[in-house]
Amino acid sequence: MSGIAVSTTINGDGVELLCQPQETLLDVLRDRLGLTGTKEGCGTGDCGACSVILDDRLVCSCLVLGAEAEGRRVETIEGMASGDSLHPLQQKFLEHAALQCGICTPGFLIAAKDLLARNPDPTETEIRFGLAGNLCRCTGYDKIVRAVQDAASVMKGA
Amino acid sequence: MGFDPRYTGRNFTSVGTRPVRPDGVDKVTGRARYGADFNMTGQLVGRVLRSPHAHARIKKINTSKAEKLAGVKAVITAADLPDLTDGDAAMYAILDNCMAREKALYDGHAVAAVAAVDARTAKEALKLIAVDYEVLPHVTDVDEAMKPTAPVLDDSVFTEGVEPRPAKPSNIAKRSQFGHGNVEEGFKQAHSIVERSFKTEQTHQGYIEPHACVASVSSDGTADLWVCTQGHFVYRQHCAQLLGMDVSKLRVTSSEIGGGFGGKTHVWAEPVALALSRKAGRPVKLVMSREEVFRASGPTSATSIDVKIGSRKDGTITAASATLRYSSGPYLGMWAEIGAMTAFACYKLENVRTVGFEVLVNRPKSAAYRAPSAPMAAFAVESAIDELAKTIGMDAVQFRIKNAAQEGTQSSYGPVYGPIGIGPTLEAAKSHAHMKAKLGKNQGRGMACGFWFNFGGQTCTDLNVGIDGSVSLAVGTVDVGGSRASLSLVAAEELGIPYEQVKAVVADTASLGYNDMTDGSRGTFSSSMATISAARNAIRTLRERAAQMWEISVDDVIWESGQAVAKGRKHGNLAPLSLKEIAAAAGNTGGPIAGHSELVADGAGVSFATHICDVEVDPDTGATRVLRYTVIQDAGKAVHPTYVEGQYQGGAAQGIGWALNEEYIYGKDGRLQNPGFLDYRIPVCSDLPMIDTQILEIPNPNHPYGVRGVGETSIVPPLAAIANAVSNAVGVRMTHIPMSPPRILAALGAG
Amino acid sequence: MVEVTLWGALGTAAGGKSKVEIEAKDIRELFRKLAEQHPALEPHIQRGIAVAINGEIYRDTWSKEFPAGAEIFLLPRLAGG
Repeated sequence: MSGIAVSTTINGDGVELLCQPQETLLDVLRDRLGLTGTKEGCGTGDCGACSVILDDRLVCSCLVLGAEAEGRRVETIEGMASGDSLHPLQQKFLEHAALQCGICTPGFLIAAKDLLARNPDPTETEIRFGLAGNLCRCTGYDKIVRAVQDAASVMKGA
Repeated sequence: MGFDPRYTGRNFTSVGTRPVRPDGVDKVTGRARYGADFNMTGQLVGRVLRSPHAHARIKKINTSKAEKLAGVKAVITAADLPDLTDGDAAMYAILDNCMAREKALYDGHAVAAVAAVDARTAKEALKLIAVDYEVLPHVTDVDEAMKPTAPVLDDSVFTEGVEPRPAKPSNIAKRSQFGHGNVEEGFKQAHSIVERSFKTEQTHQGYIEPHACVASVSSDGTADLWVCTQGHFVYRQHCAQLLGMDVSKLRVTSSEIGGGFGGKTHVWAEPVALALSRKAGRPVKLVMSREEVFRASGPTSATSIDVKIGSRKDGTITAASATLRYSSGPYLGMWAEIGAMTAFACYKLENVRTVGFEVLVNRPKSAAYRAPSAPMAAFAVESAIDELAKTIGMDAVQFRIKNAAQEGTQSSYGPVYGPIGIGPTLEAAKSHAHMKAKLGKNQGRGMACGFWFNFGGQTCTDLNVGIDGSVSLAVGTVDVGGSRASLSLVAAEELGIPYEQVKAVVADTASLGYNDMTDGSRGTFSSSMATISAARNAIRTLRERAAQMWEISVDDVIWESGQAVAKGRKHGNLAPLSLKEIAAAAGNTGGPIAGHSELVADGAGVSFATHICDVEVDPDTGATRVLRYTVIQDAGKAVHPTYVEGQYQGGAAQGIGWALNEEYIYGKDGRLQNPGFLDYRIPVCSDLPMIDTQILEIPNPNHPYGVRGVGETSIVPPLAAIANAVSNAVGVRMTHIPMSPPRILAALGAG
Repeated sequence: MVEVTLWGALGTAAGGKSKVEIEAKDIRELFRKLAEQHPALEPHIQRGIAVAINGEIYRDTWSKEFPAGAEIFLLPRLAGG
């Protein structure tokens, strides 16, 4: 069978895989590598549930081809905690009940991590616009914004 | 072993606190498994072929080329799903919706399906299926479909509920009526009357997780189904019936669910996945694309509503009537009927009449969406009420307070109310700080009330005490928003142990008796009742075991703060026995300790809410910004207040999207033009402000803790609250939802 | 003997009466007697009816008994979302 050999780094680990030309990075993560934390909500880059960080850049993995991961670094939700320590964003999402069904949560955590990396002290408006690429249908975003605000102040203080 | 559900006022230790939910860590680390996160060895990929026509007779389907394609293991059509519905019209509608039998009735209607070794092959196979359609004229608008000249979807449909029975078939499937008194006389007594017509467009529940399942049918007739659903027992029942299986042979496991809001209370592609697996002899994974979710799963009704309300000069309503036309999709539902029941439910009326019409249209089958049918009716009624209040020069809140239903009021849908919360929510709104905030240019404030029933239903719960005293709580109501946390709090409360000592899980259909689905705001209400009952049964056993360990009579043993206590002076030397100690000795005293409960949780309380909203409308673009939003709702008793707030905020957000942007747009060709999140625009983070919530607690007399359902009521007022706010901001009464920028500009232009 | 109020469609099926008197002590007996005395109600009962007793809605419990003097109202069997 034909396939493209891809050599990439996922959450710090070197990974070698074969994928089809038309497979997206999302397909590769979920179906080839079993990393199902990243979700498909729409497949067209409109919902943000598939958010990952590719070489320090926030992307919708459904809009990136698997082959494009060659030689690059991918960060997914599975790599956010360190060992048994949750990332402050993960901890604050839990404390503020910033999730109800939780399907959008991995995408939001990745996007929020990226937002705080670029802007460690965002205003409420900056948080809202920074996360406007992630859809949530359950929470109305109120508790998500509060969780990000709280995590930002913890991360600044630390 | 009768269970007394009556409210017993008490002080709580666990209930009312805000701990982290038990499934939380899995959800923030990506470990939690949803519908599409599960795989079975050897599974095939299932894909569905869907009609591109809004209305067409299916003359022939030729699947031979598809079957011959390398890698295709099964191809099915309606021929592979024989009709086993035995005259049950509702089940037949489900069957036909899963796979069209004679006609394609909407753009997106399933006509065939394949199972293949990979997605690419499945996609190729669909292209090789040749369907011979005879395209028919279609109708997608609810008012157009009622006209005598409209194309008829089903010529065996003669309007039900009309005397005499009509001579010709039509798309008006049913008429229903509610009310009491004499509205004609009532209108004669009115000083002022408002009469208006309203329209609301079709919206989708918009859950971020598409429908997904893995079905595996064995050659001995047993099957497994992993699926995201609000009701795995209901799915089991429907799938088993449609496939001709015994329910006990089909085990359904509910995955974590990525949103449902009513859309996952109906089966869509699951019977198809099972039929594919049965034919292929291998597991089949079937995941809908986002486009399929919009085209072929549950939207709510589009509506057209006429309202007439009259009042005396002092603001007392003398008569109220409404005619409600709701689109049902291609099959009969009870949507207009529910709308007709809820429309005036907030008010104390001597003369009221509502008439509902279910209308068939060439659109996907209408499904339940969070307090189904109530938001649209509330939009029409609350808008008219606002206008009437203004006409007689009375404050909007005061007008409603004057006419609000109370304990002892006969509701507009029939029964007399017990203790209810509408008065208190209105009083709270009146004195809320939100009402005092100043408004600027192009800004307007609106408020509205809403009502929803809340249901009980069949519920089973198993509470097992582990050997170390930790407690496993197996429930059958799917957790859509944090109920495992609430139910753990309830178990901890009853047993008198810490929350952390309880672990709640949602059990599969093989492990528990039948549970109704998580809809009707029943999840926490019903399962908490069953949990309380199961816990009390376990406590009875714990007391018996303690009595055994002490060698005294069980009548001398009470359960207090997590311990068995021997009462009476003669037992003064006996130190209390903790749950842990009794559990450790269980093997010697009679075996594992458990409490079970199978009950019907009836008597769920009705629920009321009042919302206040401030908006700013840009007169140049017609865009509306929500500046401030407040939800005030009666929860009876908030078991986990943070999750109750979450329900209030989530329902409000959906209502805001519905009011301002969301709609299904159909072309002249009858095809859905915007089946994706780009053009079906739900609110994003930057669209909304913080949503303030106020939880009122008027106890439900039919629940031991006073709990009322909370999940749905918060979507009922927003359409009206926002419409009233926008109407106040632009000075023109808005009558068409969503109030998207083009509609607001048109209203401003006309006004 | 209980007095039962029927909503619109049921009233029409019962020959235009919105209130009927039935000798029944619980929901199951009520449904049985209603179907006997007004056969046109049978399909509605099959499809599903909820019973409101003093304002509380019961959807499933055949054995639910009627307290003395209870207000009994028949409603369509509803579902939520």
